[in-house]
Amino acid sequence: MARQLMKGNEAIAEAAIRAGCRAFFGYPITPQNEIPEYMAAHMAENGGVFVQAESEVAAINMVYGAAAAGFRAMTSSSSPGISLKQEGISYIAASDLPCVIVNIMRAGPGLGGIQSAQGDYFQAVKGGGHGDYKLLVFAPASIQEAVDLMFVAFDKADQYRMPAMILGDGMIGQMMEPVELPPAVDLQSLPEKPWCLRGWDGQGERRIVSSLRIQPEDLEPYLNEQMKKWERIKEDEARAEEYRAEDAEILLTAYGTPARICKSAVEILRAEGIKAGLIRPITLFPFPDRAFRYHAARPEVKGFVSVELSTGQMIEDVRLAVDGKKPVSFFGRCGGAVMSEDEIVAFVKGGAF
Amino acid sequence: MPVFHKTKVLTDVPMHYCPGCTHGVVHRLVAECLEELGVAGKTIGVAPVGCAVFAYNYFNLDMAEAAHGRAPAMATGIKRVRPECVVFAYQGDGDLASIGAAETVHAAARGENITVIFINNGIYGMTGGQMAPTTLIGAKATTCPYGRDPKVNGYPVRVSEMLAQLDGPSYIARVSTHNARAVLDAKKHIRRAFEKQIEGKGFALVEVLTGCPTNWAMSPVDALKYVEEQVIPYYPLGVYKDTDKEVR
Ligand SMILES: Cc1ncc(C[n+]2csc(CCOP(=O)(O)OP(=O)(O)O)c2C)c(N)n1
Ligand code: SF4
Repeated sequence: MARQLMKGNEAIAEAAIRAGCRAFFGYPITPQNEIPEYMAAHMAENGGVFVQAESEVAAINMVYGAAAAGFRAMTSSSSPGISLKQEGISYIAASDLPCVIVNIMRAGPGLGGIQSAQGDYFQAVKGGGHGDYKLLVFAPASIQEAVDLMFVAFDKADQYRMPAMILGDGMIGQMMEPVELPPAVDLQSLPEKPWCLRGWDGQGERRIVSSLRIQPEDLEPYLNEQMKKWERIKEDEARAEEYRAEDAEILLTAYGTPARICKSAVEILRAEGIKAGLIRPITLFPFPDRAFRYHAARPEVKGFVSVELSTGQMIEDVRLAVDGKKPVSFFGRCGGAVMSEDEIVAFVKGGAF
Repeated sequence: MPVFHKTKVLTDVPMHYCPGCTHGVVHRLVAECLEELGVAGKTIGVAPVGCAVFAYNYFNLDMAEAAHGRAPAMATGIKRVRPECVVFAYQGDGDLASIGAAETVHAAARGENITVIFINNGIYGMTGGQMAPTTLIGAKATTCPYGRDPKVNGYPVRVSEMLAQLDGPSYIARVSTHNARAVLDAKKHIRRAFEKQIEGKGFALVEVLTGCPTNWAMSPVDALKYVEEQVIPYYPLGVYKDTDKEVR
């Protein structure tokens, strides 16, 4: 497999096609426009469909339809557009349908700014739409990882019959890096979807895709089953990378591109004799609690620093995982500003706890 | 002697519609057309949010239940990946002409090869009789209790006329259910709207004027009389667009 230099958004789009995506619906918004543009140019030649929808609302409902018909379907957008998709995401989740949603985050709230940010963590992880549902949320820190996670996202969405989100900050979409693209999956090799809509020929049961369970006697048991599924997912699907964490006394934690800045900060701190390390969540739901619990229990660990491009969102999950065993402090830049490694180093040396 | 058979494209589940509601009549027309055209086995229907939210229990088809107003978008997603299927959306006036106006206009403008059955009863039935975008001037609803006043509530939307302006649609017609002759005529147009899709000609919509005796606070007979005498003059029946023929 040859390595090639690719822009993040284009690599994500190509990876989606190779992962078997055959239906893309989107609406333009910076900084993710290269995804729909790439899909417009390449979906048809791969036997798939592309529609520029009239809005993000329409786009996610087109995904709803294509997913209901059993196809690997996807949409992408950026923060304000993802807000508009929330109703549809809730319906898709409640209809037990797989799909992939890419959010290349920009700075909010409101129209905000178009620079990189991570202010949509709560929306992605805590459920931005109404009702009790969860998304699988993947947070790539490099373009290669974004490519690899596209395959995982489609597979896991199918396996658990739920939507998956790729949560990337603007830098993931906009920067260029060398990537190795895995070969395309053979669509015939994918598990069948007996539940999908295709027209009923009178054989077996006809198929109904619906999120309506009007009786509490139906909805409550359904949600109880969902809870069990989410517990299984927490058990089996959490992913995190640890970087020089084994003997660390100070643990930085960050997802996406800030995690890369943290790695440089760890190196600088270590060179100055401070034993720093990093826990980088790769899945945000399920949150990799276990890694945090393990390190919180180590006596040498002094505390954790959640480093985010927001006013402090992931830190709430870090605190839950650390469970009061060690102090957790916050260092962030927001509004489209990005921290430098020196700022992180200064924060740690200035007495993070 | 001709014998009446209930179409197999409807289930035997008792419908939840109010006595005298014509939703059930339109369900039967749609089902009969699909059966007669021999396409039921490859049809996927999309139900709305509104009184017809349970349509998936009544059509003996593969069915989806969309979010409020989003049926044309959902139908687009289905049809694009399964062009071999016949795909239709069945929607009320709040669903189609208010919250889903954008999805309706753009599915029509794209010439999306789907069929839309649009139930215009001039009211929000399911939520208990609030004003719809199609409520007539002067007509009462729970959110215009003194009658629709254009100064406060604006004017009713004539969906068929509006969509007929677009290049995308292949067929736009308005029909009614106020008497047996109207119902028979409605069926012809519904059938034509499905034929258009089967022939690959693009977006087809049939607007069906129906009554809502419950929320109009009328007997079923009076409701149909009201359709004939008050509603049709504002919403004239006819074919507004047919790409195979000159109309109007
Ligand atoms: C997003 C959203 N807003 C509001 C509602 C509440 N709601 C349900 S049905 C309906 C109106 C239905 O009226 P119409 O489309 O005219 O259909 P009818 O019931 O008259 O057949 C509304 C407002 C909803 N379900 N979802
Ligand atoms: S409320 Fe009106 S539209 Fe709804 S079922 Fe009853 S009569 Fe029909």
